[in-house]
Amino acid sequence: MTQPVANCPNCGAKIVFRWSSSVQTVCEYCKSILVRTDVDLKKVGQVADLPPDSSSIQINTEGIYRNKSFVVVGRILYEYDQGGWNEWHAMMNDGTSAWLSDAQNEYAVSWSSKAPTLPAAAQVQVGQQFTWNNQRYVVTVITPAHYRGVEGELPFQYWDKTDVTFVDLRSETGKFATLDYSDPEPALYLGEFVEFEDLKLKNLRSFEGW
Amino acid sequence: MSAGTPPLSTPPKPQAKALNCPKCGAAITLRCFGQAETVVCGSCRCILDAKDPNLAILQQFEIKTSDVKPFIPLGTRGKLRGTDYEVIGFQRRHITVEGVTYSWHEYLLFNPYKGFRYLSQYNGHWNDISICKQLPMLEGGFFVGIGGSANYLGEVYRHFQTSDANTDFVLGEFPWQVRVGEHAVVTDYVHPPRVLSSEKLDKEVTWSIGEYMYGREIWDSFKLPGSPPEAIGVYENQPSPVTTNVTSIWLAFAAFAIFLLALMAGFDMRAKKEPVLHETYLYNRTDAKSEPSFVSDVFELTGRTSNVEVKTYAPVGNHWIYLNYALINQDSGQAWDFGREVSYYYGYDSDGSWTEGKQHDSVVVPSIPPGHYYLRIEPEADPSLPSIAYTVDVIHDVPVFGIYAIAFVALLVPALLISLRAYTFERSRWSESDHPPVQLSRMTGNSEDDS
Repeated sequence: MTQPVANCPNCGAKIVFRWSSSVQTVCEYCKSILVRTDVDLKKVGQVADLPPDSSSIQINTEGIYRNKSFVVVGRILYEYDQGGWNEWHAMMNDGTSAWLSDAQNEYAVSWSSKAPTLPAAAQVQVGQQFTWNNQRYVVTVITPAHYRGVEGELPFQYWDKTDVTFVDLRSETGKFATLDYSDPEPALYLGEFVEFEDLKLKNLRSFEGW
Repeated sequence: MSAGTPPLSTPPKPQAKALNCPKCGAAITLRCFGQAETVVCGSCRCILDAKDPNLAILQQFEIKTSDVKPFIPLGTRGKLRGTDYEVIGFQRRHITVEGVTYSWHEYLLFNPYKGFRYLSQYNGHWNDISICKQLPMLEGGFFVGIGGSANYLGEVYRHFQTSDANTDFVLGEFPWQVRVGEHAVVTDYVHPPRVLSSEKLDKEVTWSIGEYMYGREIWDSFKLPGSPPEAIGVYENQPSPVTTNVTSIWLAFAAFAIFLLALMAGFDMRAKKEPVLHETYLYNRTDAKSEPSFVSDVFELTGRTSNVEVKTYAPVGNHWIYLNYALINQDSGQAWDFGREVSYYYGYDSDGSWTEGKQHDSVVVPSIPPGHYYLRIEPEADPSLPSIAYTVDVIHDVPVFGIYAIAFVALLVPALLISLRAYTFERSRWSESDHPPVQLSRMTGNSEDDS
C-alpha cells in the first residue's frame, strides 16, 4: 500500500493518504476538502464542523469482515428527518474499498455494484421488488436525506451536496441494497447486514459512562 | 499555520447531556448521545424536539391516569443477553377490541455500540424485542380463516392478531418522532417463544422479532427491588409449560406399544399352553354332606417353573357355586390354596334386562415348579341348587397379558395428560387471538380471561 504524502494547499499541514486509490480527503486541521489531481492537491471546498454524532465508529477504527481486515479511512454523514447516519469508507486489506454504514447502530457492509439498468428515483415505490445478482430485494424505505459533510478519504469526489434520495432494500436472507441518487446517474450498492460483534471492531469511540 | 504540526485534539467523549425543560424548567437528561429525536419532560409531559438546542415543544399531553408508572425507571441499566442496556424511553400503547381496551408498556433500551432494543410488558408477560435484519416472507392464508403466516429465518410464524396500536403515554427519549395519539397497524405472528411483529405506519413497515421473557428474568437483569407482577393468563408467544413436543411423546408411545406387542407375541409363542387336566365333576348336595372334598387325577408339569391356569365352567343361572381349590405337589406335599366363585345372575327390571357374573372363571397360579400334581377340590353351592356338573381345566404355562395392559395404561395416561395440558394451554393462547378456537361448550373448566 503506497502512502503518498502531500501538503494541504490551504494550511500546509501534512496530508497522508492511507489508501492509494483515494480521490478525495479532508484536511484534519483546516477541514479543507482536497481532491487529488495527477500531481497536486486541489482545495475544492470546506467542511463545516460536523455535528456531534453518536456513531461508535471513527476514522482509524479497525475490524474484520469475511476474514479480511479493514480500517476506516473516511466517511459521509447524512441526515434525514428521523436522525442521521454515517457511511464509513473502509479500506480492506486486499486494496478494495467497502462501505460500512451505521444507521442508529444498525450496521451493514456494502460495495459499489453494477446493474444493467437502474430505476429513476421517481419510479421507485416501497414494496417494489428488484433482482440483482440473482437476489431478490424489496424496497423498504425511501429516504429524502440531506448531505451533512465528509471526513477523511473517499474513493470519489463528493462534496457540496444538498438533498439526496436514498432507496433502501432488504431481502429475506439479510442482504441489503441501496440506490443512491446523489448524482444524475443512480448508483447501486449491494451488501448485507452485519452484527456488531462479528466485525471485531477496535479503536472505537468511547462514551462517557459506558 | 505554524510549521510544526499541532497535535490534533481528539474529539470530546460524547456524554449524556443535561438540559432544562423550556416549559417548566425541570432537568432533562439526554442519554443516547444525539440519537434522540424527541424527549419527554417527566414533570410537565411536554414532548420536546431533542435535536433543537432550545428543545422546542412539539406536543403537550394530558395524562388522565396517574397510575402509568414504568416498572423499570428511566436511566436503569441492566444486562440483557450479555450486553449492558440503559432504559431511555417508555411508552404506553393500547388496542381496543370489541370495546375493551388492552394496554401494554414498551421500554426503549440503548447501548451506544449495540443500538436499540425494546422490552414490552403486558399483564406481567415480557418480551425482548429487536428489529429484524432479515425480511420476513409473508405466506398467503392457505388455511381458510387462519389469516396467513410469515416465514422468518426458516421458521413459520402463525398469524395471531392484527390491531391498531395507539400511543397514549410517553416518557424519556426516542430516536424517532414520537407523539401521543399516533397509531400504527400492528400484526403479530407467533412461533412460541418468539413473536414476529410488523408495525405499519403511513409509508414504512418495520419488522421486529421478540422473545418471551419471564418477569423474574427482567428483575434479575435490571436488579429491580421486590418481585415482578404476576403474569395473568396465557400470552400470545408464551412458551407452553409442556416442554416436550406432544408429537414426539405419541411417537415414543407408539414405539413402546409396538415393543409391548412384540413382547406379548414373543411370550405367547414361548408359552406351551399345555392342557394337563380336563375333567367334569358333579356336585350333589346330598353327596356333599358326606364327602366335602375330593382329589383329581394326578397330572405332570414338565419343563421349567411356570404358571398354571385353572379354568372353571359351571352352567349356573341365578345361582352360585364356590370351589376351594388346592394345587398339591404329590412329591413334596406343598400346596397352593385358592378359592373361586362362579356365579351368574340375570333378570329384568325397569331399566331392562340385566346380568351379573359369568359362568366361566379363570385364575393363574404363578411359579409352579415342575413335578407331579393333583387338585383337591371342595365345592360349596347355593342352598337352592340341588346338583350341578362343572368342568375344571388345568393348563400349564400360559402367557399372561395383564402386565402388558398395566404397562400400556401406565404409558398411555401420562401421554394423554401431557396432550391435554398442551391442548388446554394452546386453547387459552389462541382464545385471545383473531382466530379463537371454536367454543365447544361453556362447561370446559378452562376459564379464559375475558377481562
